Amino acid sequence: MSGLKVAGIVKAFSGTPVLRGAAMEVADGDLAAVLGPSGCGKTTLLRIVAGFERADAGSVLIGGAEVGHLPPEKRRVGVVPQDAALFPHLSVARNVGFGLPRGSRERIAECLELVGLDGYGRRMPYELSGGQQQRVALARALAPRPGVVLLDEPFNALDRSLRTSVRDDVRAALKAAGATAVMVTHDQEEALSMADTVAVMREGEIVQQGDPVRLYSAPADVGVAAFVGEAVVLDGVSADGTVTCALGTLPTSPTSPTSPTFGTAPATGSLPALDTLPALDTSPATGRRGAGRVVVRPEQLLLSAGGEATVERVEYYGHDAAVTVRLPCGTPVRARTRGDVPHRPGDKVTVRVDGSVLFYGEIVR
Amino acid sequence: MSRRVPPALLVPALVATALSLAPVAYLVVRAAERPDAALGVLLRPRTAELALRSLGLAATVTAACLVVGVSLAWLVVRTDLPGRRVWGALAALPLAVPSYVAAYTWIAAFPDISGFWGSVLVLTLCTYPYVYLPVAAALSRLDPALEEVSLSLGRGRAAVVLRQLRPSAAAGALLVAMYALAEFGAVSIMRFDVFTTQIYTSYRAAFDRTPAAVLGLVLVVVTFVVVLAEARTRGRAAYALRGTPARRRVAVRTWKAPVLAWAGLVAALAVGFPLVSIGFWLVTGTSRGLDLDTLASATAATLGVSGAGALLTAALAVPVGVLAARHRGGLARFVERAAYVAHALPGIVIALSLVFFAVRYAYPIYQQWPLLVLAYAVLFLPAAVGAVRASVLQSPPVLEEVARSLGQSATGALRRVTLPLALPGVLAGTALVFLTAMKELPATLLLRPTGADTLATRLWTETGSGSYAAAAPYAALLMVLAAVPGFMLGRRET
Repeated sequence: MSGLKVAGIVKAFSGTPVLRGAAMEVADGDLAAVLGPSGCGKTTLLRIVAGFERADAGSVLIGGAEVGHLPPEKRRVGVVPQDAALFPHLSVARNVGFGLPRGSRERIAECLELVGLDGYGRRMPYELSGGQQQRVALARALAPRPGVVLLDEPFNALDRSLRTSVRDDVRAALKAAGATAVMVTHDQEEALSMADTVAVMREGEIVQQGDPVRLYSAPADVGVAAFVGEAVVLDGVSADGTVTCALGTLPTSPTSPTSPTFGTAPATGSLPALDTLPALDTSPATGRRGAGRVVVRPEQLLLSAGGEATVERVEYYGHDAAVTVRLPCGTPVRARTRGDVPHRPGDKVTVRVDGSVLFYGEIVR
Repeated sequence: MSRRVPPALLVPALVATALSLAPVAYLVVRAAERPDAALGVLLRPRTAELALRSLGLAATVTAACLVVGVSLAWLVVRTDLPGRRVWGALAALPLAVPSYVAAYTWIAAFPDISGFWGSVLVLTLCTYPYVYLPVAAALSRLDPALEEVSLSLGRGRAAVVLRQLRPSAAAGALLVAMYALAEFGAVSIMRFDVFTTQIYTSYRAAFDRTPAAVLGLVLVVVTFVVVLAEARTRGRAAYALRGTPARRRVAVRTWKAPVLAWAGLVAALAVGFPLVSIGFWLVTGTSRGLDLDTLASATAATLGVSGAGALLTAALAVPVGVLAARHRGGLARFVERAAYVAHALPGIVIALSLVFFAVRYAYPIYQQWPLLVLAYAVLFLPAAVGAVRASVLQSPPVLEEVARSLGQSATGALRRVTLPLALPGVLAGTALVFLTAMKELPATLLLRPTGADTLATRLWTETGSGSYAAAAPYAALLMVLAAVPGFMLGRRET
């Protein structure tokens, strides 16, 4: 198994640019998620790594070796497509053994066991549930011990109820195999909960890569902040580690990075050279003075009865609730509270902010 | 998918392309070699007369097929005609009657029927299903709300229904017209002189074969003009076809008797009569003794040459079909279109050009079976390519990508994944080519080795010399063979 590094990937389809210098790095044995809205180019990036498409420019390195010029069959890249895409004319065992030399019965059994499907070898694909098919597809991809495994929205076709358990199984199997893996998804919950490192993609570029916690707490810009989770965005003016906005004067987050950072750089110190990274539009600045935008997470907003703000709407979700409050200055904000929220529309409340907030010195897209 | 075509596909596909385009190319070359003579043939009054006769026949048959096909489709799909399902099944059945077999049954019973109207009768009865089937399908998908709106606006039912049926009726009419233009067997049995029969005669009679080449080219041009005309009349209106809506049927009421008589007449003439006629001559013939040796050798020759033709066709169709299904770009499109050119070419023209070609460049196979096998491949490549393409499209490209990522080359992925999945469709297409080749007449007539016979040529020869009883066993065998694909297709749909 080996790490993956892509740099400066450019790709256009009949003149329309899809990737504009995408770059990311995945350490050996890590599971990375490429997170982005549909149409941002994430599947194209995956297909370029697999060799199904050729990049117009840029490099793909697996285990330190350039593979950009190789056909798919020479790259040692395993693929788990969206709908599993098992070979319908072959049994489960022959599907898993497709990439192995003849008579690799032990390895087939090993891989089926890895995904919790030992004993299913004789079944045909149509006899399996969606979740089982997805796991067979993973076993098939892992069987030849590829350098990298690529998963293209692997849980999309599954029922919501099934998704969580299949996610756990897939992550466990990838970890047990020690595989380096890249998963493409548009579901931030999926990305944050499964991956060791998350790369956020926007309009053909990776705008930020980092471990989930860091990504959520220190997004590179307002757009990333709003994409990786719900965000309340307000105008504010910053001075000496605080920012003044409609919610009052608040401490800015001490964890905000001052430069574009690829959070979980491999411990070996093989941090990608900065010049190979996409330029970021802006970065959160601590202690920077001036006007900018403030990002507050809804769960940071605490409501208490009585005050100047007015409750406009309460959306009840059971485990929690979203309360829309109009501040005295007229700005509406959305707060996440416990499900048994005592407030009703029309109530007067006070809004307090728990913890520090993010401040971005410039207005970005 | 990738733009680069693996050589294992490209080379056979290019061979198929060359083979498909060779006939037309060669006719052009041949006519251009002696431009004066070619121009002379072109300007002869006889040529214009033939063109009028061919077009007149095609136009009359097409009009008659529209009347028969649309009326039957409407009766079966939209009225409460008693026994609708039986009439529906009967209406499609004439497709299984080879036109020259039908012509044989009519001329054997009514020798005076020969000529223009005999040809119109036989061709209409054999080809109206080309109109009936698409129109019936379109009618059953037509949104009844459109009719109701038209009724409520005081415009009646017919206006909107006929307008909505135009694309399917036009597509069917185009097939009928092309069929009538290319028809050789039925018109020659009916002794009605058109392009195809004249091509055959001038090829047989004259030492100079330039006239045959020129006439062949004119026929190709006429056919393409018909295709283009159809494409233009299709227009730009959108045709809304929805799912299968619930509908009320139109009551036939007092019209029941004449309507039943009409449906019954068509079925009796198109299906009943040929069967009865063949049965009659079969009984008459066997009482006088049957030439079993000739029958056996003709059957063996038919099976052998058709089988070889089907295998060669499939071998060429697989690369072209895979290319058409899996690759985009100019080359793949060109290869696919080229294969379909033969679709618009009358069989006699293809046969003629292959004769010219063999005489000049491949004399050893002139008047030998291999040349006929080659002709079948050119003739039936379109049908086989369609079957391969459809079945390859059914296996998603992502399977090939997964196979590539597991270490297979492009060719390996094709061999281990796509082709096994497409195999049933490819086999069905090959079987269809096999059965169609067994019924083929004009090319077989021109290209068969001297003295050799197939079922079709034997039937044609016996009919030509008035030996109707001797022809009966061949007609019966051909009818059975022709019914097989209909039976197969019917079983697939249920």
